[in-house]
Amino acid sequence: MHGIVNRSIQQFIVDVYGASLWAEIAVLVGAPADGFEALLQYDDTMTLALIETAALRLGRRREAFLEDLGAHLISRETLRRLLRFGGMDYADFLFSLNELQGRAQMALPDLELPSLSLRARADGQFTLEVRAETEGWGAVFTGLLRAMADDYGALVLIEMVSAEPPRQGRPGIERVEITLHEARFASGRRFDLVLPQGVAS
Amino acid sequence: MSAAARLCLDAVTLGRLMPMFLWLDTDGMIRAMGPTLTKLVGADAVGAHASDHIRMEGCGGTEAQLWQMAQDPERARRIKLRLKAHPDCVLRGHAVPIGDATCGPSGGVGILVALSFGIGLIAAVRAHDLTDADFAPTDMAMELLFLNESRSGVMAELRALNERLEDARREAEAQAMSDPLTGLANRRALEQELERVVALAARGGSPFALAHIDLDHFKEVNDTLGHAAGDGVLARAAEILREETRRSDMVARIGGDEFVMVLRGTVSRPRLKALGERIIARLETAELADGQPCRVSASMGVAISSDYRPPEAERMLADADAALYVSKRAGRGCCTVAEGPRVPGGPVGGVAAPRAAEA
Repeated sequence: MHGIVNRSIQQFIVDVYGASLWAEIAVLVGAPADGFEALLQYDDTMTLALIETAALRLGRRREAFLEDLGAHLISRETLRRLLRFGGMDYADFLFSLNELQGRAQMALPDLELPSLSLRARADGQFTLEVRAETEGWGAVFTGLLRAMADDYGALVLIEMVSAEPPRQGRPGIERVEITLHEARFASGRRFDLVLPQGVAS
Repeated sequence: MSAAARLCLDAVTLGRLMPMFLWLDTDGMIRAMGPTLTKLVGADAVGAHASDHIRMEGCGGTEAQLWQMAQDPERARRIKLRLKAHPDCVLRGHAVPIGDATCGPSGGVGILVALSFGIGLIAAVRAHDLTDADFAPTDMAMELLFLNESRSGVMAELRALNERLEDARREAEAQAMSDPLTGLANRRALEQELERVVALAARGGSPFALAHIDLDHFKEVNDTLGHAAGDGVLARAAEILREETRRSDMVARIGGDEFVMVLRGTVSRPRLKALGERIIARLETAELADGQPCRVSASMGVAISSDYRPPEAERMLADADAALYVSKRAGRGCCTVAEGPRVPGGPVGGVAAPRAAEA
């Protein structure tokens, strides 16, 4: 798994539960003493062990842990901004998810994100199919999409509805249903296309 | 049918499709602009002469030339326009002649120019507060902005990673080159430094002196006061040596109570001798942190690179060492500067032990 995934999990645990809990989990899973490097690759088993151990230690279901992780990703300005380039409003943003894998690979060619496909079922109703070799991305996106709805000021209902686990080299499919009640429910957070000069996100 | 098919567009519809279009009539007057271009140029430009507001880059720039270029499909492929209101904003575009005389006076005759920001996009978005509504969905502007920002993010990560690696490398290098007890250079670092200064001196660079120092009575301190006190004495001695030398000099601890100093640019015998005596005097009166006297002295031997043609590290070390033993035999607590080999205009021959300078 790409180091940026492991680092995001590390950052989430440090930000929300504190550095000492992270240190404890890091020892349990054998993570590098100085933490993960965002631009190196790590074995998938490390990522899976990290998620399992953290969820266990926090007494949370794996899915709930991953949903919180997905929501927390948006609290990082860099990622929030990159996702906001997806569209002017929340519906636009939802459709940009179809290109997310490609966009991510433009930035980090060796980052393997799940393949996403969004279908509109009816007015304001969408189904997101998340295809990946590892289970859990559906939960991450559930949390992420909720946080992005807040960011856009949209009123939505988001739920994970079904999952087919990966088997024999075939990717698993997790389905997330999104009901968009109101695209402009609140004002949302500000997004300028470029940052002021000299400001890094 | 298809060859004859004509498309009738009003300026508003065209503006929705191409927010940066520019339409000039045959006289070079601005007939209409897309909404994003209007933001940049100003709505009052409509009806004015194009040359009042824009300049063709690269060719003096009148609309007559633009008109000529537009007629020529080869040349019109890529034109550059500069806005007079924002001289640092260069737009890239494509001009095509439209309509013909049969269209009548209200028809769409003239030149249609499709414009975009090109590589100046980021500056333009910043300067004009543009939003994604200002770009056509087909425009790659969003992708360019996205890429620019993700690239900056990745670069920042890479820079941070490189800095961490570089710090770790320096740290490891410093550890491999230094004596952990005193923080002075170790034997390996001394060898490297000697190689360097010898090579420099041989190429006409500044000469240097090599001083070999051995603490006197150190063994007694160690035996009577214990190793911790011994370590304290070594650390204090190291401090004194560092204080008495310059940043460009090197002080190395090469064994138990033995030190070597490489002194750059210092070759005057009296000054070296004075330095040696000052160091010895300071060592003799030195105290540990707790006020306890160090109870040591030092014997010193010095060799000077300009006595050798060319200087050789090994030979100089051996001569400094021999001078040190002259000091020891002379009753310790003194400094001997080696006379160096006699070089009567020829290569250095085999020279026996250096003679001691008078103490």
